[in-house]
Amino acid sequence: MTRFIAHRVALGLLVVVGVVVLTFVIARVIPGDPATNWVGPHASPVQLARARHTLGLDRPLPAQIVDYLRGIVSGDWGISIHTKQPVLSDLGTRAPASIELVAAGMFLALLAGIPLGLLSARWAGRAPDVGVRLVAVVGVSMPVFWLALILQLIFFQKLQVLPVSGQYDPDVAAAHPLQAYTHMPVVDSLVAGNWPMFRSSLTHLVLPAIVVAAYPMGVVARMVRASVLETLGEDHVRMTRALGFPERTIFAHFALRPALNPVVSVIALVFAYALVNTFLVEAIFDWNGLGSYAADSIQALDTPAVIGVTLFIAIFYVVANLVVDIVQAFVDPRIRLR
Amino acid sequence: MRGNPLLVSGLVIATFFLLVAVFAPLLAPYPADAGSATHPLSSFLPPSWHHPFGTDDVGRDLFSRVIYGTRISLTIAAVVIAFSCVVGIPLGIVAGYFGGIVDDVLMRVTDVFLAFPALLLALALASVLTPSVANATLAIALTWWPWYARLARGQAVSIAGRPYIESCRALGLGSFRILLRHVLPNSVTPVIVQASLDVGGVILTAAALSFLGLGAQDPTPEWGLLVSQGEPYFTTQWWLVTFPGLAILVAALAFNLVGDGLRDRLDPRRVIAR
Repeated sequence: MTRFIAHRVALGLLVVVGVVVLTFVIARVIPGDPATNWVGPHASPVQLARARHTLGLDRPLPAQIVDYLRGIVSGDWGISIHTKQPVLSDLGTRAPASIELVAAGMFLALLAGIPLGLLSARWAGRAPDVGVRLVAVVGVSMPVFWLALILQLIFFQKLQVLPVSGQYDPDVAAAHPLQAYTHMPVVDSLVAGNWPMFRSSLTHLVLPAIVVAAYPMGVVARMVRASVLETLGEDHVRMTRALGFPERTIFAHFALRPALNPVVSVIALVFAYALVNTFLVEAIFDWNGLGSYAADSIQALDTPAVIGVTLFIAIFYVVANLVVDIVQAFVDPRIRLR
Repeated sequence: MRGNPLLVSGLVIATFFLLVAVFAPLLAPYPADAGSATHPLSSFLPPSWHHPFGTDDVGRDLFSRVIYGTRISLTIAAVVIAFSCVVGIPLGIVAGYFGGIVDDVLMRVTDVFLAFPALLLALALASVLTPSVANATLAIALTWWPWYARLARGQAVSIAGRPYIESCRALGLGSFRILLRHVLPNSVTPVIVQASLDVGGVILTAAALSFLGLGAQDPTPEWGLLVSQGEPYFTTQWWLVTFPGLAILVAALAFNLVGDGLRDRLDPRRVIAR
């Protein structure tokens, strides 16, 4: 088991190094001359040369890559051109809001997706199956930014039931100040027993979370359906059927557990995908997280910030996949032996 | 043939979009509006008989623009998938068949590309290039091919060990001939399934890039760009956002349904228990 983990971690580190090199290529090699971007179009040749030296562009390429790697490892992810802050600290400030949003979205996705997938598998080929499959495929075909705008139009504009701006109501926050522990308003207000803030932050979370949940819900429902159907065809299930167990028991007891295994592996993939989708959604909801940071940075041509967010999410994705791999190997011994 | 309502509807709608893309100049009531024509006096008109989708902030007919947008989205999808196949499949089958260091290098390189969620890498690439449809297509294509290489490689690995390949070698057939005549045709099925599933994905990715300002620029009527252009006005002029977004949804939906149907038919491991 330890050999498996060590092997996987080593592979993961190799991939992370590759990821950093790739982002280096995107950030430094492709745009042509970063020094010109740094000093602007009216710089003198002397200023340009000095900028090139400051940015380390006069050094050979392998040396630049090593410097870049060393910088990433030691926490120097560059300075954001827009906010003038170190990118890493910007990321740290904005990440909790996005994590709160994506976690809420994933929760909703699992809450809806798993039962729908089970329903679909139970009545495979009949009306409920077709219905669920349609809903699931609409979920994965949905342009998230459009869903966000449409939901705002319906629930805020027309029905006036849900708020659409920010993580909580600023008036409520002024009246009931929130202690920041995790910087996630829903969690913090729950922990502190600050009920007005809890209500405010929860209602503000609903619409964005639904938007973020659409794609994962579709994926999870389809995955559960496929996995359960595959399990139902396996020998051990046929055995239980031959033994005379009622279909209901077979479904709930023998088919369910093995069927949920692939769902775990898909969660990491879908979490990262949802995190990237926040780029499209947060600005619409005035949500102050990584997504709006990335969208703003893109608008402002703030390359260090965009690369910083890219690196952050890519590394997170590698780590998440690693964790899922190890958990799966723990649960299913056959994986370790491969 | 089993009547699969989802697959059939998907095929019908997908064919409809293809026809719209091909016959756009004949179908659009105001073809010039899809370009740089402006009619400031008829701006912000709500949907009507003359303008089924209404008009935008400079009076352009949205219906015509959405129709021409079909061409752009489907072209991007075709180019990206063609690129991914042309680059990915040969690399994949060579790596899978020969194994060894070639295979290791390809696996590690694709590992790195696949370590990024799809949209993210395309976004990062597009953000350092000048925004345009061509550059957005390039960015998406460069992030899309690794998965095809992986698929082809997986198939090639399993085929390379088969007895009939061994007998080909025993007969003295050269590697290139074996690859072309035997490995390639048998590796293609999962790639076809993946390609049909990916059309929807590329459409969504391209729309997302344009929405963020990294793809098509005005006056190109790309669907994602149309939604972002309509966003400032959407509380009052709701049609500016609704119809282009609906086009994205229905197009992606149709091609995803087709892809699902193809996968259900072509993947032998899909045993539906009864």
